[in-house]
Amino acid sequence: MNFQAIKAIYRFEMARMFRTVVQSIVAPVLSTSLYFVIFGAAIGSRITEIDGVSYGAFIVPGLIMLSIMTESISNSSFAIYFPKFTGTIFEVLSAPVSWAEVVIGYVGAAATKSVIIGTIILFTASFFVDIQIAHPVIMVTFLILTCVSFCLFGFILGIWADGWEKLTIVPILVIMPLTFLGGTFYSISMLPPAWQTVSLFNPVVYLISGFRWSFYENADVSVALSLTMTVSFLLICLAVVRWIFKTGYRLRN
Amino acid sequence: MERRIIGRMHPVISIKGLTKTYAGGFEALKSVDLDIRRGEIFGLLGPNGAGKTTLINIVCGIVNPSGGTVHVDGYDIVSEFRRTRSRIGLVPQELPTDTFETVVNTLRFSRGMFGKGPDEAHIEHVLKILSLWDKKDSPIMALSGGMKRRVLIAKALSHEPDVLFLDEPTAGVDVELRQDMWNAVELLRSQGVTVILTTHYIEEAEQLADRVGVINHGEIILVEEKNKLMRDLGKKQLMLHLYEELETVPDSLSRFALELSEDGRELTYHYDTRGEHTGITDLIHDLRGAGIRFNDLQTEQSSLEEIFVDLVNKDR
Repeated sequence: MNFQAIKAIYRFEMARMFRTVVQSIVAPVLSTSLYFVIFGAAIGSRITEIDGVSYGAFIVPGLIMLSIMTESISNSSFAIYFPKFTGTIFEVLSAPVSWAEVVIGYVGAAATKSVIIGTIILFTASFFVDIQIAHPVIMVTFLILTCVSFCLFGFILGIWADGWEKLTIVPILVIMPLTFLGGTFYSISMLPPAWQTVSLFNPVVYLISGFRWSFYENADVSVALSLTMTVSFLLICLAVVRWIFKTGYRLRN
Repeated sequence: MERRIIGRMHPVISIKGLTKTYAGGFEALKSVDLDIRRGEIFGLLGPNGAGKTTLINIVCGIVNPSGGTVHVDGYDIVSEFRRTRSRIGLVPQELPTDTFETVVNTLRFSRGMFGKGPDEAHIEHVLKILSLWDKKDSPIMALSGGMKRRVLIAKALSHEPDVLFLDEPTAGVDVELRQDMWNAVELLRSQGVTVILTTHYIEEAEQLADRVGVINHGEIILVEEKNKLMRDLGKKQLMLHLYEELETVPDSLSRFALELSEDGRELTYHYDTRGEHTGITDLIHDLRGAGIRFNDLQTEQSSLEEIFVDLVNKDR
């Protein structure tokens, strides 16, 4: 294992985050805080409780998920796309590193940023609404698994994309709608039965449901199923990344 | 699995039947065989699109080969990529740099990527060789194109490679920097580093290379010691500055195929240094017989560039 290379990539990526701290951390935290202000404090007070939880508190796990999913994809896709765009990827490709070391470096750094952002948002939310975390270990597990999974997804996206438009089109046209329709602002049980069934095909439902359960012990689907789906998504992404490096798809050809 | 071949007499890079066909069907390399000797400076010459960069990129691991094998220091570049890549440094043709990073940090990054632990003394040494020490804390975007080229060389040297690929290292740099780079290459040679150099400036290969390879249309058409190549394929010409103007070359001298300049004051005679007789003695004898006197003479040898152009044109 080339630990020096992992460390080099990780430090390089973290340094990039601290160089662009406003864009990397302040912007997502600010935009998510606005959700708390609008839906939590302003409109939320006029909405009835959901499963015994105030609306402002109910949306916190969903908003954290929304933020870390989009940030994870954005961070990791940019991290690998930018070297491709500028040509500096040659150094990664010509270095004595395996696909796993490259992934640990890039995805590890991107996931670290996402965890930091998620933690700051959670801390910020506590100023606006009353939050309780019933299962902190499960909460952290979901947080980390989601960050890593979506960073891997973003990494794949960054390798696949051959233009800036492709890099942004998937998060905007696919991830954002899935997240908004995945129970960020409502419980799936509030939907008509037919739409409840349709929602179960949305993988984000399982992530938000499991994460919310760790806070309030309320879930749209079982926690075990949520965990299984999250781990499955992570493993699929890992398999795709391994295939990319094995074949050289969009990297070595 | 093939056994590693060790020894100074064996090539540091051994390429056998290497092919590369890109997805669009373009055949960039057609069964290339090439050995690079340990410690030499090898000039790889070829016109644009000949396959030079593809060849380098395959050896360095940036592009997957379609067929054939490459061994570096006896190790296979696919199955033993860690061993091969850790021995190689690459200075690419373009100027891809981490724009926002500082010079010293980008070298630290490169060293780490190649599995080497921090060594500030070595990084300082490399930066000083390339006259970058006073720029070590500058962001790369603040540097000129020539300075960025130096940074790329410094990055390639940061992990102390045994083999260094320089892909068009002096493209677009000024004369002073080019001379600095030539000095750096000579220094590397003295330290036993094998250097493979591709260049459009044939004079660069002429000055630096021990051996020269010419690639065209994805095939190696010639590999030869530079001096032998210039001796064998080079042509010489003798120019005679005439004492008196001449209107035409006399028939008695027709066997020498002399060229008369437009002003009638200079005769040029082409001869082959490989021949048993150059014909110079006969020419001077016959000139005297024809009553043609000259007040000066000089010889010129064709440059590597002329030899290269000849070779590539023949291969068209």
